[in-house]
Amino acid sequence: MAVLKAGTRFKSAVCASQIMVVKAPAREVTLTCGGVPVVELAAPDAAGGSIDPAHKQGTQMGKRYTNAADDIELLCTKPGEGGLAADGEALVVKGAKPLPSSD
Amino acid sequence: MNLMMILEMAAGAMGDRVAFQNGDDRLTYQQLFDAAGALAASLDDGRTKHLAMLDVSTLALPIGVFGASWAGIPFAPLNYRLTDPELDALIAQLNPGCLVTDAARAARLGAKLVPTADGEYVAVGTREALLETTRAPGARLREAPWSMDPDETAILLFTSGTTGAPKAAVLRQKHLVSYVLGTVEFMSADEADASLNCVPPYHVAGMAAIASSVYSGRRVVQLANFSAETWLETARREAITHAFVVPTMLARIVDALAGQSDAGLPSLRALSYGGGKMPLSVIEKAMKLFPQTDFTNAYGLTETSSTIALLGPQDHRDAFASADEKARRRLVSVGQPLPTVEVKVCDAETGEALPPGEHGLIHVRGEQVSGEYRGRGSQLDAEGWFNTRDGGYLDEAGFLFLEGRMDDVIVRGGENMSPGEIEDVLLTHEGVIDACVVGVPDEQWGEAVAAVVVLSPNAAQSGAGKASVAELQQWVKDRLRSSRTPERIEFWTELPYTETGKLLRRKVREALRETG
Repeated sequence: MAVLKAGTRFKSAVCASQIMVVKAPAREVTLTCGGVPVVELAAPDAAGGSIDPAHKQGTQMGKRYTNAADDIELLCTKPGEGGLAADGEALVVKGAKPLPSSD
Repeated sequence: MNLMMILEMAAGAMGDRVAFQNGDDRLTYQQLFDAAGALAASLDDGRTKHLAMLDVSTLALPIGVFGASWAGIPFAPLNYRLTDPELDALIAQLNPGCLVTDAARAARLGAKLVPTADGEYVAVGTREALLETTRAPGARLREAPWSMDPDETAILLFTSGTTGAPKAAVLRQKHLVSYVLGTVEFMSADEADASLNCVPPYHVAGMAAIASSVYSGRRVVQLANFSAETWLETARREAITHAFVVPTMLARIVDALAGQSDAGLPSLRALSYGGGKMPLSVIEKAMKLFPQTDFTNAYGLTETSSTIALLGPQDHRDAFASADEKARRRLVSVGQPLPTVEVKVCDAETGEALPPGEHGLIHVRGEQVSGEYRGRGSQLDAEGWFNTRDGGYLDEAGFLFLEGRMDDVIVRGGENMSPGEIEDVLLTHEGVIDACVVGVPDEQWGEAVAAVVVLSPNAAQSGAGKASVAELQQWVKDRLRSSRTPERIEFWTELPYTETGKLLRRKVREALRETG
């Protein structure tokens, strides 16, 4: 459990996924990928561990993930096979209506 | 958050795609990443606190933007059209730092810029040296990762100063990254897509285009010196699919195509414009000349990290095809706010939010909104709203209409009126191709309404569409309150604009004062 900070980067402990925190609530949150808590990007790679089959929906490059309350937003900066969850709630891809290019 | 993260994602997912192209010279995403790392390593001298670039668009520009972000120092693109004394004042604000420019300027400035009393200085280097050292095979990249602190300053942009002395708007990493994440889908461009960039680097649209095109994976073709002919020729040669222009550029492109029924640019899917008021006649002609092209009008400010409202392609077509005057007018609106920002119009005196249809000051709130000037702090109010000082109103459907800067408001006998409202009416007269309305000193009313009008060649001579002072006064009187009728109308052959399409009302006002 930790209070997340916008801009912080994490990696999955059990797959190739990397994420950046875009929006974070003030409360403490346990972020997991593949059912296992994520670790800071700079931390050494954890040995062993495997994806919990219940958290196998995968991450997609460049997609933003959010919870039902829409107070957490993560950006996938590297894709992997594990699925993201916050306090056990699976995060879903934030659907954005494509905008016309303006610049 | 850091712009470098955006480039890292692009380099990781599509490293071999061409990111930027200038003439026949190209940089792939991976090459841009490496060059940014090499530049960041060279900036890591413990002294350099700014990277300024006084140059047209070249491949050194994206390397400079991302290299500075990696090094954790602000990037400041400077306006190469300023006079030397004006530039000196800006450069003094970027000390200690490093200034990259063309060879001729580097020689001139290098001899002139001396260390200040505290021993700090601005080092001068050339664009060629930057390109050569950062692109050298095996160049050493900065070892330290870039900071992810969202509050680091990414870009300092000196605002154009049509109303006063230039000041530096502070765009932090969080503002630019939020803008990109909120408006662009990662790698959404096809590999064959190419966008033509002719906006100068010191314009916020030029900076925003670098970040958003990298994230979308779209090749940017740089065009340093705009002319309608080179724009059309480059667009055809490079099979350009996307482009952004300011209104004066589109007006020149439309002029260059005079007599033709089609621009002959079937590859051009999207043409967006912004940075100033687009005359209805120009956009209507452009829509006929580019029948396959989607048009988007973008409204934004330096202080809001570029676009905050859009009039999209379907909005253009609906307004264009509509017989209803109200719906048709939306073609001169700036569309609706982005889903990621909020816009409200407030009463200029009480500050209270106004209902649709009522005129006031446009306020904006959102994660991309900086509203901060260096040395003056944040101009956001306690609830995070930024007062753009642009006047305007929202219609019932939420379309935003601009009516010019608050500083341009004419106060006649205690009554506030916006020049834009009167200009819009003048522009609907068939003989008028451009108009500028300003307040001039008046003993009786404090200010009087004066107009400078550019007539179409036909109307200027005689015959059909001939527009006299009396006729134009009557034209306005028939459509607006009588206090809005210009007491004075002059005919000029053209109006003064900045090269990025902003009408220089100050110059019109000064000229009228001298001859008044």
